[in-house]
Amino acid sequence: MTAYEAAIGLEVHIELNTRTKIFCGCSTAFGGEPNTHCCPVCSGLPGALPRLNRAVVEKAVLAGLALGCDIRRHNVFDRKNYFYPDLPKAYQISQLYLPICEGGGLLLSSGRFVRIREIHMEEDAGKLVHDPWTESTLCDYNRCGVPLIEIVTQPDLKCADEVTEFLQTLKTRLEFAGVTDGKMQEGSLRADLNISLRPVGSSTLGTRTEMKNMNSFKAIHKAVEVETQRQAEILNGGGRVLQETRRWDGNKDASFAMRSKENAQDYRYFPEPDLPPVDIDDTWMQELKDALPEMPDVKRERYLSELRLPERDVNILCQSAPLCRLLERCVDLGVQPRSAANWLLSEVLKLLNERGLEPADLALPAESLCRVIQLVEGGKIGRADGRNALQAAFDGQTNVDEYVARNGLLREEAGEADLEAAVRQVLAENADAVASFRAGKQKSFGFLTGQCLKALKGRADPKRVSELLRRMLEQ
Amino acid sequence: MTALELAGRLHKREMRVLDALSEAQKKTQALNPSVNAVTEWEETETLRAAEQAQKRIDEGKPLSPLDGVPIGVKDLICIKDRRTSCASRMLADYVSPYDATAAAHLKAAGLLLPARCNMDEFAMGSTTETSVYGPTRNPWDLTRSPGGSSGGSAAAVAAGMLPAAIGSDTGGSIRQPAAYCAVTGMKPSYGAVSRYGLVAYASSLDQIGPFGGDAADCAALLDILAGPDGRDATCSGLPAPCFPALSGDVRGIRIGLPREYFGEGLDEEVRARILEAADIFRELGADVEECSLEGLDLAIPAYYVLACAEASSNLSRYDGLKYGYRAEDAETPDSLYRRSRTEGFGREVRRRILLGSFVLSAGYYDAYYKKAKAARALIRRGFDAAFRTFDLLLCPVAPSTAPRLGESLQDPLKMYLSDIYTVSVNLAGLPGLSLPCGLDGQDLPVGMQLIGPRFRDELVLRAGDAFQKHTRFHLNKPEVKRA
Repeated sequence: MTAYEAAIGLEVHIELNTRTKIFCGCSTAFGGEPNTHCCPVCSGLPGALPRLNRAVVEKAVLAGLALGCDIRRHNVFDRKNYFYPDLPKAYQISQLYLPICEGGGLLLSSGRFVRIREIHMEEDAGKLVHDPWTESTLCDYNRCGVPLIEIVTQPDLKCADEVTEFLQTLKTRLEFAGVTDGKMQEGSLRADLNISLRPVGSSTLGTRTEMKNMNSFKAIHKAVEVETQRQAEILNGGGRVLQETRRWDGNKDASFAMRSKENAQDYRYFPEPDLPPVDIDDTWMQELKDALPEMPDVKRERYLSELRLPERDVNILCQSAPLCRLLERCVDLGVQPRSAANWLLSEVLKLLNERGLEPADLALPAESLCRVIQLVEGGKIGRADGRNALQAAFDGQTNVDEYVARNGLLREEAGEADLEAAVRQVLAENADAVASFRAGKQKSFGFLTGQCLKALKGRADPKRVSELLRRMLEQ
Repeated sequence: MTALELAGRLHKREMRVLDALSEAQKKTQALNPSVNAVTEWEETETLRAAEQAQKRIDEGKPLSPLDGVPIGVKDLICIKDRRTSCASRMLADYVSPYDATAAAHLKAAGLLLPARCNMDEFAMGSTTETSVYGPTRNPWDLTRSPGGSSGGSAAAVAAGMLPAAIGSDTGGSIRQPAAYCAVTGMKPSYGAVSRYGLVAYASSLDQIGPFGGDAADCAALLDILAGPDGRDATCSGLPAPCFPALSGDVRGIRIGLPREYFGEGLDEEVRARILEAADIFRELGADVEECSLEGLDLAIPAYYVLACAEASSNLSRYDGLKYGYRAEDAETPDSLYRRSRTEGFGREVRRRILLGSFVLSAGYYDAYYKKAKAARALIRRGFDAAFRTFDLLLCPVAPSTAPRLGESLQDPLKMYLSDIYTVSVNLAGLPGLSLPCGLDGQDLPVGMQLIGPRFRDELVLRAGDAFQKHTRFHLNKPEVKRA
């Protein structure tokens, strides 16, 4: 029996988190009553024309920069023509000939590099709702025109674990780049698999199949295993793998042939005449390079060295852009990094789990988390009360101070004299920070505020404290 | 009476807007049974608009030089809450929920839009015979075609039903019917007028434009229609308004007569009329000289490949699912598509969709579509070269005068070839003005074409206007026989 190895390539569709659609001003918000986020443009009415949302180009470039791709400066859109009820124009505006990004890739933990072939921009299609009771199919065009990028890799992946590691890393980097929310269950990341087998050591690729319709990383993992196994059995039995598109059935953990190569559609691509080419000039390119947020690997180093957070915490935080954003806001607001990390990784993650939410769903304002931490650490309220206050703020029921006041949780408040004494002492004890603030370093102010609140054990309104501190610093 | 003359009477309060409207309606009711230029006359909304226009005029605050003038609009420019059928069974009952930008501009200038004008189905044709409403007849000779595809718009103006009308021009659809009916019609530079709400035939060639009694009408209407539009990424408007440029003076303007446009296949009388017009331009002080213009032989094949390719994609959305014609009792989604489209579209539209699908197919794209694009670039370069020496070009609009009804349907290839002098202007995105320059031996109108560099629409109109200020060809009117 010959030993085979798999060569797996991915086509990953990422929904970009722009506020409006790619070719019209309709909202991209998930959900909504069917056909309420629609207009003549995205529902393909006679006479309507597309106009490009620049934010889509910007997010596509940021994605390319986050993945080390070369960015194409002269961009053209093409029409991909096919009939399907979820596609009201009967063509999808996409990029075939000149995709916006080429090259780049991601490093796996094994040290192997997975190459990206290209990234192109395109529009999403609508959703079909099958109603078995009336035996009818209804069309919802709310998703029509939601911007996507399609990331196509080379067939460099070898097994299911590598595929999920690649996707997880990809998703994380793009979330950090700020281009997607990565909500799997809302379809903001969808991956198709191209799988072929070849004898170990062979340099030519075998016949591949394309696998569609996996809706979770787990399903993708399973689909790779099952399809690799299926092809190995065919080859070992002396058969030939057919080039075809297969549909994954998550209920049966099995796939079924959809269409063969012979029935492959001819999409009759041609350049989109309604949209002039988009040129990214040097100024725009530089703006985008400057706007690329810190990537997780860089962030990780900084959290370890600058914020002095424990490695275990850093590893968890740096998998989630929303958690990192919250942490950094809290630190900016004067919370000690270690406290912020503790609260995030214990209390906030717990609330997310209990509510069945992903970090992307986080709506908790940093100010609320900050306030809870300051109240608890300042000894103004008890830790258990702090947890309850956080929960109320997390669920969006109320703000922290209101919750604390309504439930009478506050311990006694420091008087003006206590306040002044505390600030004076902190200033005396932290001459370095005072000097660096006076030299223009704003960060020192946050540090000093934190020290004052700590000294007051939270028995003072941070606003009052920071006002007083500023006054005294400026004297 | 031209549109500007009518507006003058309205604004001087020598005539009331309601009277002008009812006169137009009466004339249309009387002549339309023979001409079939107008497919719908809207009363309720138009009457309300007329009363408002009168009020503005009475207050001395007209919205534009044409406030209160009733005009016709080709049936493929969307008007909110009005039927926009494209003269097709496919959209026979389709009501647009929005105004095309051009329609919105016309309304904002106070024009009344009572009449929908007949056309070739989806603007595909050169005779206005492929309409689901039946053919429009030429007011000069009811056995002949008015040209197309904007034949209804041209015929309505020629017959005096309306002083002006709006059409669209993809390969000559304004200029050629204007020539056959002896009215003045303008295809603006590509990008001058927004295409938003113009039901697309071929996106890279389509342009909305006016028909009027003379070049001044066209200039006044174009100034209302043109302008940049955030809803059409290919539209930038015009750099300067046209009407103020009508100085009546062509002294020193260099006009080229492209030799290739006067070659084999051109009717002798048409040639004679245009050369006579050239002499008139000379008398008016223009420098008129023969010149050469490369690329004419490529124009027809390049045009039909590109236009059909774009059309095949643009018309895919008519699938019987969302709006428009739907075949009954289809068994499967595939047969629903197939039958709705086969039954909903006419022969000429189906022919062009098939042609376009073919040239875009895998294995044929390079041989047809890519080559046609290269030919288009060559044609553009040919014009660029000519405009380095000349300010304008003067040539025929069509090889002959209006054909008899029915002739073209039997020989589509011959019909395609009759677009030879107009399609290159669309391929190059240039402004082209068609204006009357006399009659042939059968008393059928002959039209000539003035072509200018892109976005020099004002210069083209200035030359046309100067010609008309010194001649009377555009004042020729047919005596329409009643049916």
